[in-house]
Amino acid sequence: MFRNTYDSDNTVFSPQGRLHQVEYALEAVKQGSAAVGLRSKTHAILLALKRSTGELASYQQKMIRIDDHVGIAIAGLTSDARVLSNFMRQQAMASKMIFNRPVPVNRLVSTIADKAQVNTQEYGRRPYGVGFLVVGLDHTGPHLYEFSPSGTSFEYFAVSIGARSQSAKTYLEKHFESFADCTLEELIRHGLHALRETLQQDKELTPANTSIGIVGPRGAHEADSVPVEFRILEGTPIEVYLSTMQPKDVPAPAAAAAAAPATGGDEDVQMTE
Amino acid sequence: MDHFPTNWGRPNYDSFDTHATYPLHNRGQNQAAAGGVQHTQQPIVTGTSVLAIKFKDGIMMAADNLASYGSLARFKGVQRLHAVGDYTVVGASGDMSDFQYLQHILDGLVISEETTAQDGHALGPAEIHEYLSQVMYSRRSKMNPLWNSLLVGGVKDGDRFLAYVDLLGVTYSASTLATGYGSYIAQPLLRKAVEGREETLTEAEARTILEDALRVLFYRDARSINQYQIATITANGAEISSSLKLETSWGFAEGIRGYGAQTQ
Repeated sequence: MFRNTYDSDNTVFSPQGRLHQVEYALEAVKQGSAAVGLRSKTHAILLALKRSTGELASYQQKMIRIDDHVGIAIAGLTSDARVLSNFMRQQAMASKMIFNRPVPVNRLVSTIADKAQVNTQEYGRRPYGVGFLVVGLDHTGPHLYEFSPSGTSFEYFAVSIGARSQSAKTYLEKHFESFADCTLEELIRHGLHALRETLQQDKELTPANTSIGIVGPRGAHEADSVPVEFRILEGTPIEVYLSTMQPKDVPAPAAAAAAAPATGGDEDVQMTE
Repeated sequence: MDHFPTNWGRPNYDSFDTHATYPLHNRGQNQAAAGGVQHTQQPIVTGTSVLAIKFKDGIMMAADNLASYGSLARFKGVQRLHAVGDYTVVGASGDMSDFQYLQHILDGLVISEETTAQDGHALGPAEIHEYLSQVMYSRRSKMNPLWNSLLVGGVKDGDRFLAYVDLLGVTYSASTLATGYGSYIAQPLLRKAVEGREETLTEAEARTILEDALRVLFYRDARSINQYQIATITANGAEISSSLKLETSWGFAEGIRGYGAQTQ
């Protein structure tokens, strides 16, 4: 329809006042596998579902460390993610070199948002096809941001992006008020439950397809890592967190697992509290 | 003739590069070829020593109000201490025009980094010092230094900071610092008075220590005057005093033949 005539040039508005190229770029983000982010008063964490092209293949890397205090989870075109994350690393290094201080997370996110906006307004350029969830820790505390190729960035208590992320958002909206006081283990448990919502019918979270990124003090299951640096957990180290998840058929309670009576499987979400 | 179409209608460098020998990517960037550059060879209008010490509540810094033109005491109302942001004071000796340039740069930095963002991330003395170190070293590496010795002092988030950086990009930090003649004459006095007592020295005691050192410098440094300012930085912020005058006593000169009133 009209959509097709106004959608090939980045610099052409549609009659409805939309930039279709930018919206198509957002579609690319929605095609990527899910990533979930949430934060408490002390920690900010990312959880991502890794895809593999087949049994013989490895799983696609979903998390990138930007600096000691900042990490990202990506959804969308991985090649665009590499370029943008490299730019973020350069900005982080520049802050340390020029001012001898870790880059403030909000400024780092604003910088890539401004950079992405350029690509939505210049003729001949295409928007970036990747969205980020950014977690970081600076002297104002832990933070979580979403960056999107439209050139916008927002701060969140909890958010998710990628395929079927709406299901994860529903879980997060239900439980986010308890996140602030969660321990790291409780926060990860919430995140895994949210991430599980995005899975297709027969799939489950395994140490091979799940990635957890953490920034904040060392947790109970982390013996050797340095306290507040951004770290990515994959493979065997996350088995202990996966084992704390509620089995899928039982309604997932918000806080510590009280013996909630099963509702006979009629509802798959129980409104506790 | 330049046969390369992208250069037609653009600034040309035929006056010094007739055969386009500089490659495209840096044609026109070579300033030396473009008509000459000037590199600082010597300081012209200069300030003398700056002193600074750590005391119980923060940092105190002192400098006199003179900018000399060689041996001429040319400008007597010059402030050589500059507040940067809410937490820092920079004191400068050496070329005063280079210091004015630095003041301009630092004021612009506070505007672009702090005032526009207003997001709770402010530049403290450590960040200012690091920034200045990078600028000073970078200029020295281009053989075009900013001819200054700077002291950077301040208090942020309860931490006192005091460090030095100069025209060579050399940096160091201690609880007492001095530039110029001060580093020879005043530093031993400051060290004796301050070292070991950084946590107990009161503001009044710190002021006395600096004034006594300034007095000695006025007696001994031929490029100084007895009019000065003191900057005090504590958790409450940075404050630069108005000009103060040092009391001196030259009575001892009376008894020296050739210096006092003529006697037979």
